Amino acid sequence: MTGKHRSGAPDVLQVRDLACSRGPALLFSKLDFDIAGGELLCVRGPNGCGKTTLLRCVTGLTRPDEGTIAWHGQSSRTDPGRMRAGMAYAGHLAGLKDDLSAEENLEFSLRLRGSPTTPEQRREALAAVGLDKRRRLPARRLSAGQRRRIGLARLALDPAELWVLDEPLTALDDAGQALFVELLDRHLANAGLALVATHHRLAPSAGVVRELRLA
Amino acid sequence: MRPSDASPAPVTGSFSGGFAWAMARDLRLAWRHPDEAVLTVAFFALVASLFPLGIGAEPQLLTRIGPGVIWVGALLAAFLALPGLFAADYADGSLEQMTLSPHPALGWAAGKIAAHWIVSGLPLTLLSPLIGLQYGLAPDTLGVQALSLAIGTPVLSLLGGACAALALGARGGGMLLALLALPLFVPVLIFGAGASEAQATGLSAAPHLSLLGAALIAALVGLPAAIGLAVRIAVD
Repeated sequence: MTGKHRSGAPDVLQVRDLACSRGPALLFSKLDFDIAGGELLCVRGPNGCGKTTLLRCVTGLTRPDEGTIAWHGQSSRTDPGRMRAGMAYAGHLAGLKDDLSAEENLEFSLRLRGSPTTPEQRREALAAVGLDKRRRLPARRLSAGQRRRIGLARLALDPAELWVLDEPLTALDDAGQALFVELLDRHLANAGLALVATHHRLAPSAGVVRELRLA
Repeated sequence: MRPSDASPAPVTGSFSGGFAWAMARDLRLAWRHPDEAVLTVAFFALVASLFPLGIGAEPQLLTRIGPGVIWVGALLAAFLALPGLFAADYADGSLEQMTLSPHPALGWAAGKIAAHWIVSGLPLTLLSPLIGLQYGLAPDTLGVQALSLAIGTPVLSLLGGACAALALGARGGGMLLALLALPLFVPVLIFGAGASEAQATGLSAAPHLSLLGAALIAALVGLPAAIGLAVRIAVD
């Protein structure tokens, strides 16, 4: 782990002694890291090294073999609801319903997050990611990149403090990637936290960027 | 946006929030694609109508077997929509998002089951008096029949939902689901069909209905939590 520079902000997310194995293979062990407000932690490593598993352990989807995850000083095991309320996760599966339109998908995914939106907010967010004209089309008629953009609109509207993103740039074109970096900038400038697994080089203008290498 | 002092977001989840969310979404999806609900009802009507053709239209025989046939038809029809209940959400990642939402699993699990019942059990219950007429059932028997279905089909949805959640991720999930769920449906079938039969033979249907009601309460209390737990294990 390379801590280039740390901001003075207190650590919001603290991970200690994390270990996880998949079947017989030990993916990682004795992993410690902290993320404070305004920090981006990029998880890097070759395919199959456990980046996705690490992210899923932090979110609570996968139960780690060992280790503790503390959110605002409280264990996420004892008080999972609190961490879930403050965390947005975007994995390999987008969680979109093919039969619902982009706008409906956005509406339902934000209602599920406990932060309902108004139609104007949704229209603005979809226009910002370039889906203004396609917001009423069923998601099955959208391309992979356009579906990813619905995910960007969701992040833009979600008030979550922590973003946990697995390969957020997949299938996005240059303009889409720029949009994502812009969102990330805004999130970090607002003292948000981000844990991102990616093969791309992320260089947001705001916040502190650190790297976590999995062997 | 968020205040910059980075105070933890308040816990915004609630049982009712999750319940309303899941029910609204699943009903809208069912409305978008009504074929599944139509198939359930059509299957029920067809099965119940084929029996008189197969065994002959002797009035006494039909009155005798009517309640049982209608219940078996309703049970199989309610089973039809089960395999997709959680599998679709599992495949597209919605289930991960539901597990990670601040709403308790109890809420959205119950909401999904309620939506399943509204598109399968409820239309079957409403249709059953019409089918019962084909079998020459007496008006009071028709009433008891509909009542037993109204109490019994939610139990089927709850039991079936728990089995569907347990079968998630297994290869050949549909077959496994049938093996898990259908035996569990048997007591519901016995008391459900027993109620109308008792009514038809001049006995009281109350004991059967009470037992069905007790099963419904037990299922309502225990199964949504079990579904939430099974889903957690499946997405791990």
